[in-house]
Amino acid sequence: MSIHPEQTAASDPRLVRFGRYLADNPVIPLIAFLFFLISLLEVMRPGIVLPFLGGREGIISTFWVGNLIKFAIPLAMIAACQVLTMLTAGIDLSAGIVATCSAFVCATLMPLIGPVPAVLIAMAVGVVVGLVNGFGVGVVRVHPLIMTLGTGLIATGCLQVYQRFVIATGTEIPAFLEWLGTGRTFAMPNGLFLFIPFAIFIIWLMRATGFGRLLFALGSNEHAAKLSGVRSWQVFLALYALSGLIASVAGLLYLGMIRAPSLSLANPLMLPSVAAAVIGGTSIFGGRGSFAGAIVGALILRVIDTMLTLLQMPEGARIALFGLIILLVTALYVRITGTR
Amino acid sequence: MDEVQRESLLDASGIAKSFGAVKALSDASLHVARGEVVALMGANGAGKSTFVKILTGALRPDSGKVLIRGTEARVGSPAQARRSGLVPVYQEPSLIPDLDVADNLRLGDTPVDPCLNWVNDLGVDGLRLDHMIADLPLATLRILDLARALAAEPDVLLLDEMTAALPTDLVENVLRVVRAQADEGRGVIYISHRFTEISELCDSATVLRDGRSVGDLKIEPGVENRVVEMMLGAKIDLGARETGTARTNEGIPRIRARGLAVAPKVTDVSFDLYPGEVLGVVALEGQGQDEVFDVLAGFRKPTGGAFEVDGAPVSFGHPADAIAAGLTFVPGDRAEALLRERSVHENIALPFSARAGSWGPLKTRHERERVGHAIDKLQIDTRAKGEVQRLSGGNQQKVTIGRWLAHGVETLLLFDPTRGIDVRTKRQIYPLVRELADQGAAVLFYTSELEEVPLACDRAVVIFNGRVVDVIDAAEADEETLMRAAYGLTEDKAAS
Repeated sequence: MSIHPEQTAASDPRLVRFGRYLADNPVIPLIAFLFFLISLLEVMRPGIVLPFLGGREGIISTFWVGNLIKFAIPLAMIAACQVLTMLTAGIDLSAGIVATCSAFVCATLMPLIGPVPAVLIAMAVGVVVGLVNGFGVGVVRVHPLIMTLGTGLIATGCLQVYQRFVIATGTEIPAFLEWLGTGRTFAMPNGLFLFIPFAIFIIWLMRATGFGRLLFALGSNEHAAKLSGVRSWQVFLALYALSGLIASVAGLLYLGMIRAPSLSLANPLMLPSVAAAVIGGTSIFGGRGSFAGAIVGALILRVIDTMLTLLQMPEGARIALFGLIILLVTALYVRITGTR
Repeated sequence: MDEVQRESLLDASGIAKSFGAVKALSDASLHVARGEVVALMGANGAGKSTFVKILTGALRPDSGKVLIRGTEARVGSPAQARRSGLVPVYQEPSLIPDLDVADNLRLGDTPVDPCLNWVNDLGVDGLRLDHMIADLPLATLRILDLARALAAEPDVLLLDEMTAALPTDLVENVLRVVRAQADEGRGVIYISHRFTEISELCDSATVLRDGRSVGDLKIEPGVENRVVEMMLGAKIDLGARETGTARTNEGIPRIRARGLAVAPKVTDVSFDLYPGEVLGVVALEGQGQDEVFDVLAGFRKPTGGAFEVDGAPVSFGHPADAIAAGLTFVPGDRAEALLRERSVHENIALPFSARAGSWGPLKTRHERERVGHAIDKLQIDTRAKGEVQRLSGGNQQKVTIGRWLAHGVETLLLFDPTRGIDVRTKRQIYPLVRELADQGAAVLFYTSELEEVPLACDRAVVIFNGRVVDVIDAAEADEETLMRAAYGLTEDKAAS
């Protein structure tokens, strides 16, 4: 089940071998790249990363590394949806909208029914959308791109209708979500209390369970999986339901972080989540991927985002440059490792 | 036979073609004179399809010339071959399914009226120009494809397995029309596995073996024996079978198939496979054996007939059903069965996680034991175990078999497991198959290489044109008997 095969053929030329090594261990060059970007940031604005060396007063309260991690967490969680679905050569384009829906439903139901039922219903919303996705992809065999785009649009529409019914109730955010989203422990965001177990679970799921093995198998060769007795619709149903659940949990965490529910709260995380997965070495054609890589990918995107903000560019130029950098990083990575 | 009639239309000589290290053709030649129908024959792997591709311009030869009407046709593309007067009709109709008949004819610059006249002449009524190709039955498409070729008025017509999957009345029409074409002075290259058609239609036969032309024969009564001899030639020694004791089958068969049919190719396949037995399947390519294996493995449902496993009637909707009934399938194409970029271990252990009940934590120790056992048993070279695609072909094939060895074998369906692998690996596979049977497994073993049948099998069923035509005692059978059986030449044996 290891995705890091120790052996490489000895006869390969060096560059190919290097590329294969990177393909087998995508996290190593990514971490190097992340540190390169952070150093660059420190050069651009001395003191931002290492406040003590910069000698500024009071900067510890906005300890930048903690902030970086805090905002990378929801992105990395939604990137988990992309990594898991991409393993089967799929994608979950509804993840951002599902996160928004869950957050909005939770915040609006909280004043009516209290925090725990509100959170449970919010998570149920994610699972339901996921089950519909799984049914479409696994049973009806709609392409995941179309299926999740469709359910995403339907969910957006439903959310707007729903808003009219609850417009009078007002919104409230459960206290523990706020604690998770904005609190700090030893300068590190409390979100890590949720995220570290979550990341361990995802990596364990991918590497050490039968379900994880089937995700790789379906993306690598669905026919071979069928030949071995795998009923792929069952896997797809469970996979997209899980993806929906992850997206809604990410949405709830994001709600606690932003503290202002809106109809497009987590939508801007959608495309960066795909980019984080791809930068992290996950192939959109299936069969290859790692969640550790996607976490580093999410951190890289956040650092780039900070850099562009520091350059004080106009919003339009910033977004355009962000897109360009994602394309360049991904293209470079694909060129080196020969993966896609 | 005057001078004009003997004029040579097509001369191909000294054709050689290699794909990497594999020599597909070394010295192939073929001559077609005006008014002549020449059969091109060869066993599986003799180089027939490569030769056809070179004649029609789909492939360039490494050396050798193809002369059409005496001038060297620099056949560089199928379109050039067409212009120079050679028109092929392939086994798979080359018509675009999403266009209607008229559009397909227009694409090929085919004159419409002559083409429709040929369709009528060939015995297909009611074809309209606005019919979508995708809605038409296969037999009609093949007739349309032939009619299109005839309407182009070629000098040389190349027909590749033209009559496969055609009903008898259409076959007769095709043979009549083709004969008439030759009598009008055209040349025809006729590729077929069916001796009855060849003796009825052809004037001579060219036999290919191991990439070279080994003889030109006049078609006359009794020529079949000489063709079979020529196709066989001298073969590589695959080793002798270690124990050849005849077994007696009794009790309930593991698989009992009765009148299995899969439209349109399989019409009537019946056999019994007993525990402890290796039952060979002898068939030329495309006689319906693929479909029979697909049915047994749960990939498709039969359109007729029934089969039982251990005495109970079964119907498989998914390969998982077949596996639950103990029927495990090793397909002919390794690429279908392997997760190319995954490890040897993962490939072999895949069935352990297939059922939804086994999606939880991997039972690492149990798996390692079973997989390790299969790897040892098959002597899989695991130096490149990280990714199956880095293994040699033979080792990849062993991984596909090892998967079921680790899982546990009750009934093994092996479809051409030795295709394209080295002799050493082949020699490891036969004893393994025997050993599995001796331990009580039932094995259905199709192989495209007839010399393997006596080495591995107890009995063999012969499938020809979609039906079981004979059952042979395999340990006794020599290759010539098998070859004759595979070509449907069993009339003299039917009585015994």
